Amino acid sequence: MIVAEKLSKFFGSKKVIQDVSVEVKRGAITSFIGPNGAGKSTLLSMVSRLLKQDDGIVYLDGKDVHKQKSKDLAKTIAILRQSNVVQMRLTVRELVSFGRFPYSSGRLTAEDEQKVSEAIAYVNLEELEDKYLNELSGGQKQRAFIAMVLAQDTEYILLDEPLNNLDMKHAVQMMKLLRKLVEDFGKTILLVIHDINFASVYSDRIVAMKDGQIVAEGPTEDIIQSDVLKSIYDLDIDVHNISCNRICVYF
Amino acid sequence: MLKRKIILLILIALGLAGLYLFIHMNLQAMEYLLRTRLEKILAMFLCAVSIGVSTVVFQTITQNRILTPSIMGLDSVYMFIQTIVVFLFGSGTFVILQSDAYFFVTILLMVGFAFGLYQLLFRRGENKLFLLLLVGLVLGTFFSSLSSFMQMIIDPNEFLLIQDSMFASFTDVNTDLLLVSAVIIIALCIYIFRYRHYFDVMSIGRDHAVNLGVPYEKIVKRMFLVIAVLVAVSTALVGPITFLGLLTANLAREFLQTFRHTYLLIAASLLSVIALLGGQLIVERIFSFSTPISVIINFVGGIYFIYLLVKESKKI
Repeated sequence: MIVAEKLSKFFGSKKVIQDVSVEVKRGAITSFIGPNGAGKSTLLSMVSRLLKQDDGIVYLDGKDVHKQKSKDLAKTIAILRQSNVVQMRLTVRELVSFGRFPYSSGRLTAEDEQKVSEAIAYVNLEELEDKYLNELSGGQKQRAFIAMVLAQDTEYILLDEPLNNLDMKHAVQMMKLLRKLVEDFGKTILLVIHDINFASVYSDRIVAMKDGQIVAEGPTEDIIQSDVLKSIYDLDIDVHNISCNRICVYF
Repeated sequence: MLKRKIILLILIALGLAGLYLFIHMNLQAMEYLLRTRLEKILAMFLCAVSIGVSTVVFQTITQNRILTPSIMGLDSVYMFIQTIVVFLFGSGTFVILQSDAYFFVTILLMVGFAFGLYQLLFRRGENKLFLLLLVGLVLGTFFSSLSSFMQMIIDPNEFLLIQDSMFASFTDVNTDLLLVSAVIIIALCIYIFRYRHYFDVMSIGRDHAVNLGVPYEKIVKRMFLVIAVLVAVSTALVGPITFLGLLTANLAREFLQTFRHTYLLIAASLLSVIALLGGQLIVERIFSFSTPISVIINFVGGIYFIYLLVKESKKI
């Protein structure tokens, strides 16, 4: 379980996150939603030790994240941030192989190679695995990075806008894959997501943020309500039940 | 494929070394010539390896392909020490400049300078590598200005002594110091080489590296100090030779097209060896010692630097 206690973060004198406390349950998809600049990405970065908080503590399975060995953490928690620019000339397979670094320290075993192949297969990039990253489209690149995170084979997976650059088909495939990881392998997944309907259909719990604070939190059906959404986005949003899914209409 | 390229580089380096060793051999003075030439080759090898390795690592930890460790300001500190010694002790300094103690004092001062920067900026928690480099750059300029000022007012004959040390040169390397330098440089390179897999991961960016369990900040700090010592030793041994690293580290990246530091580190070292041996052959056989080798290296390096800038700006 991930527990954040009274996290705060300043960039200069600007408070980006203020006294945020949140618990993330295991074996579920938790989506973080909210307007731009709400602090969702910053929160995820702090939870995954990419960024050090100015105040507060993050506990991962009861232990302070910043007091654990980075190498051990890399086997438990993985994060993929939004913008992934790599200047090196890398093939897809080489990139995904980096995901095995916490286990192999650079010397891949047969088992590592196996896991890399599986991860590439999960995101349907088998045919492109020897292509260089700069030859790929935005969506293919995004999938390659997600495959790297999958190859890391961690219990917790944090993805910051994983649907970026993906077309509808691949977005749906990606969310189905994430669901499968939760249901078949008991993974715990945290997402920052902007498409409210993807959040509604695929996540178990939703945490809504605004101005560096959490404004609503709970099971998906409690959050996907017109009045709750209005308070988050300042926008009139109708919620309809369509084939057992709660779909938001806000156009 | 990568291995084959490395073998090719090794063969070229060995060929040049052989050529350098046996060209214009005078059979009567063979023993003497072989000994002095071997010493020069060893000096070039040490300088090449430390410059090649330190530049590749420096570029990886700064994530910038057009930087060299000279930005830390160590060259300027070296020149400043030379100048101030001549300034204070006058023409008697020739003895001092050649002494072993002086060698160690310059190394200590350069390393002390880097440690000072490090303490000032790294100890306060946050990782401010670029601020540190900026401060190094500013202090470097400060020391160069001080040196130029002193060079203006000293005796022109004494200035010649300084001028000699402005450019790297392999013609008058102090052979007693070769062995000590060899031990230090090789030990540090082995130490760096053990981190090669970490560098691979670091080259895809800090966030990915941290995510994959690389103690990023710790490695950056450690490498900063190791690089400082490497550069200090090679500078004290032969003099400042800035562009060589820029040239060979980038050539290694272009030639191998890989992120794997196992190969990058070896290739950059070998290319440096080739550049120095080739340059020295040109200096000795074509210009008959009238031009210091670093002038040739800086000339070629400068052209390559401009090429890099033009090429990189086209990408954007």
